Amino acid sequence: MKTLRQRMVPYWLLGPGLVWLALFFVLPMYFMGELSLKTGSLADGYQLTWATQNYTDAISQYSTQFVRAFYYAGTATIICLLIGYPLAYAIAFKAGRWKNLMLFAVVAPFFTTYLIRTIAWKTILQDSSPVVGFLKFVHLIPQDGRVLATSGAVIAGLTYNFLPFMVLPLYASLERLDVRLLEASKDLYASTRTTFFKVTVPLTMPGIIAGILLTFIPAAGDYVNSTFLGGTSQAMIGNVIQSKYLVINDYPTAAALSFTLLVIILAALMLYIKFAGTEALMGEDEEPA
Amino acid sequence: MESSVDAPPVDGEEGTSVGAGTAGVRLEGVTKRFGTFEAVKDMDLEIADGEFFTMLGPSGCGKTTTLRMIAGFEQPTEGKVLIDGDNVAGQPAYKRPTNTVFQSYALFPHMNLEENVGFGLKRKKVGKAEIKKRVADELERVGLSRDAKRKPAQLSGGQQQRVALARALVNLPKVLLLDEPLGALDLKLRKGLQVQLKTIQRDVGITFVYVTHDQEEALTMSDRIAVMNAGRIEQCAGPEDVYERPETTFVAGFIGVSNLLPAVATGPNEVKLDSGETIPTGDASRFSSGDRCYAVVRPEKLTATTSGVAPSDRPSIDGVVETSLYLGNSTQMTVDVGNDVKMKVLIPNASEAERQDLPGGGSRVKLSWTAENMHLVRESPEEAAGADPIDPTDNNTEGVTK
Repeated sequence: MKTLRQRMVPYWLLGPGLVWLALFFVLPMYFMGELSLKTGSLADGYQLTWATQNYTDAISQYSTQFVRAFYYAGTATIICLLIGYPLAYAIAFKAGRWKNLMLFAVVAPFFTTYLIRTIAWKTILQDSSPVVGFLKFVHLIPQDGRVLATSGAVIAGLTYNFLPFMVLPLYASLERLDVRLLEASKDLYASTRTTFFKVTVPLTMPGIIAGILLTFIPAAGDYVNSTFLGGTSQAMIGNVIQSKYLVINDYPTAAALSFTLLVIILAALMLYIKFAGTEALMGEDEEPA
Repeated sequence: MESSVDAPPVDGEEGTSVGAGTAGVRLEGVTKRFGTFEAVKDMDLEIADGEFFTMLGPSGCGKTTTLRMIAGFEQPTEGKVLIDGDNVAGQPAYKRPTNTVFQSYALFPHMNLEENVGFGLKRKKVGKAEIKKRVADELERVGLSRDAKRKPAQLSGGQQQRVALARALVNLPKVLLLDEPLGALDLKLRKGLQVQLKTIQRDVGITFVYVTHDQEEALTMSDRIAVMNAGRIEQCAGPEDVYERPETTFVAGFIGVSNLLPAVATGPNEVKLDSGETIPTGDASRFSSGDRCYAVVRPEKLTATTSGVAPSDRPSIDGVVETSLYLGNSTQMTVDVGNDVKMKVLIPNASEAERQDLPGGGSRVKLSWTAENMHLVRESPEEAAGADPIDPTDNNTEGVTK
């Protein structure tokens, strides 16, 4: 029999985290939810009127920005996966003694703030920059074309900023992959390509899923990249929420938009888990008996 | 000993793309270097079609590296690997007519047993119905039909081992490679599976190349054993030859317990021990008169009698009993015969009265044997493989022997 003290240990361990979440996540969420159903103005004060039209208005008015946010975030996530998987694979299996240095290189951008890095990209992509000059020279863009203030620039920025969030979970799952399983696959007549798709990819699915979630979710709500690298016609839903809150001070609409974004992402996540299976999401860690 | 050489493939699956029969393996001048370390040194080896061939040796002796070169996971630095007469050196594993049973089993954790076992056939583009049938038959053979839909993680170690065997055998490879397949199992399970493996090998008639560091396992199962040390084969012969007539000090010491007496060969059936006695031996014609050698006699071939009453027709040596250990079915005595040589004597526990009469510690005894039970061995070129750098691919867990 465990003593009462022993049985209390898990709760003591959970305690600080639970208190923190209650104070700084649950409580604000509650106020935000309430706010999204209020009417009024900052000057006159807000009243709870159960104004559900806040939601219908928000969705009908800003559907373009919603769609654009998911399109940009989705594209950036796919590009991150296509760049990140080979990179993580190389670091895990081919880097040898350069492994730690390469991992450091992946994380290194975090030593500079997000904002500064994005502003640096603005410098790189501005009209008179050598990069744009080169792109014009090789006719990848027309002579009077721009890079800044295009969808491409925003997606490129998102891809750059969220790439580490894709690479790290992929690396972690590739690193744990038992290379003898790859040998077993080749021993059973599977070519390198077949081995990759039948063994490597399924076994690193937890990393792929984690990487996709960690990239897509923050990218969908991002407004920094769009602000600095895009123009008005590249505005994402994050930009709208930001301006409603901080510029126009229309708190109820901003809250309604935030909640809508949250619900859409959660719904997408549910579908994704159902499709990919919780096993893949949670990892399949049971050791052989 | 060569009972299974002519055994035909049992599964009547003629005319499929896999399993077109079995084949022998030949290594010609094979060397494998990892950086500056030579794991396998200029090896020549011939494995007959349908043979149960074992490579036996301590960790780092190059046995696993040799197996991996046959499988195609490693390519030889020099030399040829011939399977069924074709040089496969340089070919990737997936193009070779071999299948491997791994020490860690390496079952695919994301697939159930059926999918695991069918993996190879699917890659070979065998028809769905046939895959289903052959997988079912193979799972039946290893007694896991009821678990076909389970994942490997839900099975015990012994069951996983059998799945690994089924996954390889279902492809009817020309050569089946087994890398310490029983190494991770406990003793009792291992004994049972040894018998099963040997039976299956006789049934299917496929060439088995088996790697182990367990000498008992090697003796029990093999048609022939290659005893390896420091990247070389010290002796390659049948189990009885390897045990009864070892050729080097390493083989004599690695297989069973041996008493080694430093000596000089003096004739075709005679040796002069360093301690002075000249004694008759079994066939010593491999040695020229004057060659340095060791005279070997197994502990169970020795008889210990109280001094002075040894049978006069038997060669003998005098000594003092140092310790006497009761082992249950036998008693093991350590006898100091002078010149820093200690001899082990194994006396079967034939009757309790006899056992009570055995000379105790401190008694003077005469050890005697029959002349043909003494053999001459040469000193191994490199003694103590344990002192070598460890072969990077040889991840065998040591210390699980017996």
